[in-house]
Amino acid sequence: MNTFFHSVRLDREKCKGCINCIKRCPTEAIRVRDGKAMIIPERCIDCGECIRVCTHHAKKATYDHLDVLRQYEYTIALPAPALYAQFNHLEDVEIVLNALLEIGFDAVFEVAKAAEIVSDATRRYMAQPGIPKPIISSACPAVTRLIRVRFPNLIDQILPLNAPVEVAARIAREEAVQKTGLPPEKIGTVFISPCPAKVTAAKMPLGSSHSEVSAVVAISDVYPRLLKAMHTDGEVSPLAAPQAGKIGVSWASSSGEASALLNDNYLAADGIENVIRVLEDLEDEKFEHLDFIELNACNAGCIGGVLTVENPYIARTKLKRLRKYLPVSLNHASCPEQKHLKWDAPLEYAPVMKLDEDFAAAMEKMSEMERIEASLPGLDCGSCGAPTCRALAEDVVRGSASPDACIYKFRESISSLIDNLQKLNNCIPSTLRGSSSVEETHSKKGGELK
Amino acid sequence: MSILKLHYEIDGEDFTRAGEASASVKKRLRQLGVKPDATRKVSIALYEGEINMVIHAHGGDIDVEISPEAVRMVLADRGPGIENIDQAMKEGWSTAPDEVRSLGFGAGMGLPNMKKNSDEMQIETVLGKGTTVTMAVYL
Ligand SMILES: Nc1ncnc2c1ncn2[C@@H]1O[C@H](COP(=O)(O)OP(=O)(O)OP(=O)(O)O)[C@@H](O)[C@H]1O
Ligand code: SF4
Ligand SMILES: [Mg+2]
Repeated sequence: MNTFFHSVRLDREKCKGCINCIKRCPTEAIRVRDGKAMIIPERCIDCGECIRVCTHHAKKATYDHLDVLRQYEYTIALPAPALYAQFNHLEDVEIVLNALLEIGFDAVFEVAKAAEIVSDATRRYMAQPGIPKPIISSACPAVTRLIRVRFPNLIDQILPLNAPVEVAARIAREEAVQKTGLPPEKIGTVFISPCPAKVTAAKMPLGSSHSEVSAVVAISDVYPRLLKAMHTDGEVSPLAAPQAGKIGVSWASSSGEASALLNDNYLAADGIENVIRVLEDLEDEKFEHLDFIELNACNAGCIGGVLTVENPYIARTKLKRLRKYLPVSLNHASCPEQKHLKWDAPLEYAPVMKLDEDFAAAMEKMSEMERIEASLPGLDCGSCGAPTCRALAEDVVRGSASPDACIYKFRESISSLIDNLQKLNNCIPSTLRGSSSVEETHSKKGGELK
Repeated sequence: MSILKLHYEIDGEDFTRAGEASASVKKRLRQLGVKPDATRKVSIALYEGEINMVIHAHGGDIDVEISPEAVRMVLADRGPGIENIDQAMKEGWSTAPDEVRSLGFGAGMGLPNMKKNSDEMQIETVLGKGTTVTMAVYL
């Protein structure tokens, strides 16, 4: 049974077995074995760091291609707000929305619109008495996955609402069924995504039992097609009008979601290493008086996703310019049905770091691990295929590696082997030794006597 | 049944490294599959103790013993000692200097937090000689 779907995968052909990715993976989910990288599926959170660092392009994201449009009778584009930040001199979101229609979609539902709906719902959720604060955003699926495997104490604080793309897909499909009279399965909701984590979230959702997103395509794939279809001269009459304001569009960059809550007691962190630091501190209760925590795995937020094309910081400037003339929100106080918004499959802790199901056995393994680690050189050089000496020690007790994978250990083993051979040679009883060695002793003695 | 022993030397000069021992213990408890709630308690209590050793006592030694029943922590320093333990245990009581307060410490919540998050806690202190805090969190 395939319980793990991951968008992030390895292209074995291209992999040279270098150690760039194992060193940068925030969950230590990659090893090099037999000259090729391998991803430990239960640990991978699809953050895309390995795609960023692999100079051989051997790590890739899998996603759908635009020909999925042919599989449906009616297709709706769900553009991520990060898409708008990819274009130069974009004055009006309308131009992008119409270009989406031109490249073959039948309709567009802006994810930014759903983001405004989620912002509204979050404000209402947070106003309830007795909810555990600070609330942690659930919009970045890489972060939600990370919390699930590493921060069990924080699971109750995750915002139990669907991410904007999921809300968009649900509302869009329902509206399309009403408008077209088609059965729901003939309608394709296609997300235009900044990242692989969102691909995984659509195939294996966390928090909801199923996803209404039919397919996920990459911003980088759609971008060149869109460029050709974008008309800035105003010749075509606009078919699609903007559906979201500043609040929705701002979700594309870090602190956009948090600032939409109109509450200053928030923290927004971006970049997976920073996110981990914040989560560690949060778990140790090092922050006080915070109501909301927004965390994005990518630097600068979703505009920094690995499936975008523009440099995230330039994208942020573009987004700011675009936002300037937008109204604050176009979806204030819209009350969609709760079934579109609320999680229906609460998150459960997945203790993938656990050494053993049995505590006593885990203790044994831990002691063994400490002993092995102490015997390793502590260089964390990665040559063994594990990111650190400690990780190798862990792999050894888990039974997936040998301490001899360490080249320094191996060298030691070889030299002690040579020593032992030498000793063995010296131990051979004289009756079995060759005559030449016997003679040698004699002549030496003879020499002394002289 | 074996007991896992861990030892940490806490550098009294380096603020930025304070917290390394508690982070290391937390990682190990996670790998052992210890209940998340107990892991959190150990991590909070140990971090407060570690910070106190750095701020008030120029560092020291931490010994941690993990058994199936409990996590036992002994934090020993050769600092100035605590004059009045009852007072020190009160929420809000602090002798932290201004430069430490400007870093966000010195609210006088450390020892009360340690008490709250541990199932056993003892303080032995000799003025001018040092302080030993012993804590246990039951598993
Ligand atoms: N290891 C120690 N050696 C000497 N004095 C200590 C030690 N630990 C605590 N104290 C004394 O007890 C007081 C209270 O400690 P506590 O940890 O509760 O508060 P704090 O460290 O001052 O502030 P906070 O922990 O909130 O940052 C300290 O201000 C200090 O005077
Ligand atoms: S920050 Fe945004 S783009 Fe990056 S992984 Fe999370 S959801 Fe995807
Ligand atoms: Mg303190």
